[in-house]
Amino acid sequence: MEARSAEELLARAERAEAEKLRLITVHKDLELEFDLGNLLATDRNPPTGLRQRSGPGLEAQLRGLARDNVQLLINQLWQLPSERVEEAVVARLPEPSLRLPREKPLPKPRPLTRWQQFAQLKGIRPRKKTSLVWDEASKQWRRRWGYQRARDDTKEWLIEVPGGADPDEDQFAKRLQAKKERVARNELNRLRNIARAHKVQLPSQGGMHPTGYQSRAELGKAMQVAKVSTASVGRFQERLPKEKPPRGPGKKRQFQPNIGDFAAEKKSQLELIRVMNSKKPRMDVTRATNKQMREEDREEAAKKRKVAKGRGGKRKGRPLGPGGKGKGGPPGPGGKRKGRPPGLGGKKGQRQGGKRRK
Amino acid sequence: MRPLTEEETSTLFQKLSKYIGENIQLLVDRPDGTYCFRLHKDRVYYVSEKILKLAVNISREKLVSLGTCFGKFTKTQKFRLHITALDYLAPYAKHKVWVKPGAEQSFLYGNHVLKSGLGRITENTNQYQGLVVYSMADVPLGFGVAAKSTQDCRKVDPMAIVVFHQADIGEYVRHEDTLI
Repeated sequence: MEARSAEELLARAERAEAEKLRLITVHKDLELEFDLGNLLATDRNPPTGLRQRSGPGLEAQLRGLARDNVQLLINQLWQLPSERVEEAVVARLPEPSLRLPREKPLPKPRPLTRWQQFAQLKGIRPRKKTSLVWDEASKQWRRRWGYQRARDDTKEWLIEVPGGADPDEDQFAKRLQAKKERVARNELNRLRNIARAHKVQLPSQGGMHPTGYQSRAELGKAMQVAKVSTASVGRFQERLPKEKPPRGPGKKRQFQPNIGDFAAEKKSQLELIRVMNSKKPRMDVTRATNKQMREEDREEAAKKRKVAKGRGGKRKGRPLGPGGKGKGGPPGPGGKRKGRPPGLGGKKGQRQGGKRRK
Repeated sequence: MRPLTEEETSTLFQKLSKYIGENIQLLVDRPDGTYCFRLHKDRVYYVSEKILKLAVNISREKLVSLGTCFGKFTKTQKFRLHITALDYLAPYAKHKVWVKPGAEQSFLYGNHVLKSGLGRITENTNQYQGLVVYSMADVPLGFGVAAKSTQDCRKVDPMAIVVFHQADIGEYVRHEDTLI
């Protein structure tokens, strides 16, 4: 009894082991290609199992395929060297082998500065200069620029007054001033280059800079600016006869977003329709007059009939009134011939129309 | 492609109201989904929200048409209805005119409707009122403008123009290359 139960236990354990192995081993005809750095597995096996194109079976098959492939990927991950970080097993991934395309487009080349453009045009190439130069005064190799540079003219304790210069002039201050101006001009050029690169209209452009020749448009613009440059922003500025009012900066049209608030759009359109309809007069004048005319006709006809009835005995041979409704007679006054004008009355109206034309 | 501005919407609605009156409401407020008007290359398209959302993925230059073209804005900002709008105008038309079978072909070739070809006309049609033209078998053929009111129609001679031609379904063949 005991031996049998032990056997049974062993068999059960074996079955459990086999089941576990079945769960984690996946058979594939072609081995998957792994790129563990990207956690990517590529399955080159043709999806022969996916016979049907749709239905619930397909979904299950796809799920099964995905599960198997993920299992293979996880199996690969377990073969990687792993370590324990704060009670979590962490695998060290290798370098990714698949090169993913870059997310953003390549940066645009930086626009050339004014000098670079000029140098390109003239074919001037930048010459390489060493950063260190020999300084005769200190008998040392020193930097060409910057702190403790060779041939530093700011550290001179004496400056010779150049020939023809004002002897009272402070040559030190003059040098300092020249340096400051150079720096300022450089900064201005730098800003100009940035403005040119971003296509910004500089404030000095547009006809306001004093040049020898200004075009007609530039002159107009300059005049416009001058006109509004008063204390009242040009409000009380006198105008020449026949002068056109200055056109201000055009207002840019703004449109609603293409896919925006559909409900609000509908609401505003319905409101527009409502306003349009409310402007229409409630009473259609032509229609009302027609109705009135028809009613009068009817009354008149009724009166005539009554009269005819009263004298009916005497005039038996002529059932038609003196109005001449008979076939050969001249047509009566307009609109009196029939009670109903042609309309949507179906065949009747049509027949009526046809008769009238005869 | 963009939504219409306030002015454009009112121009469009004024034109449409000549044909379908206050029934424009039924075009704007539909129970079967959201529909809207969009302007693309001066043409006005009546398009469902679903198709619009698909169409925004196509760049402006590449997009030829979407939904149903109702017409176009001229350079002087007037609105011209196109024949493609007939499917939406015909069911809601307020004023209709029926042409006789003999005059059908002439109308479909782009001619005006003469008195001799007039089958029926809706009562109380004013002069210059927008009309939808039907064949006697109640097939919408196009639209036009009443040259005479219903009352005047009775008196005029048979060769007088009763309905000015605006658009007809013959344009699907005649203007095949320009019709979008």
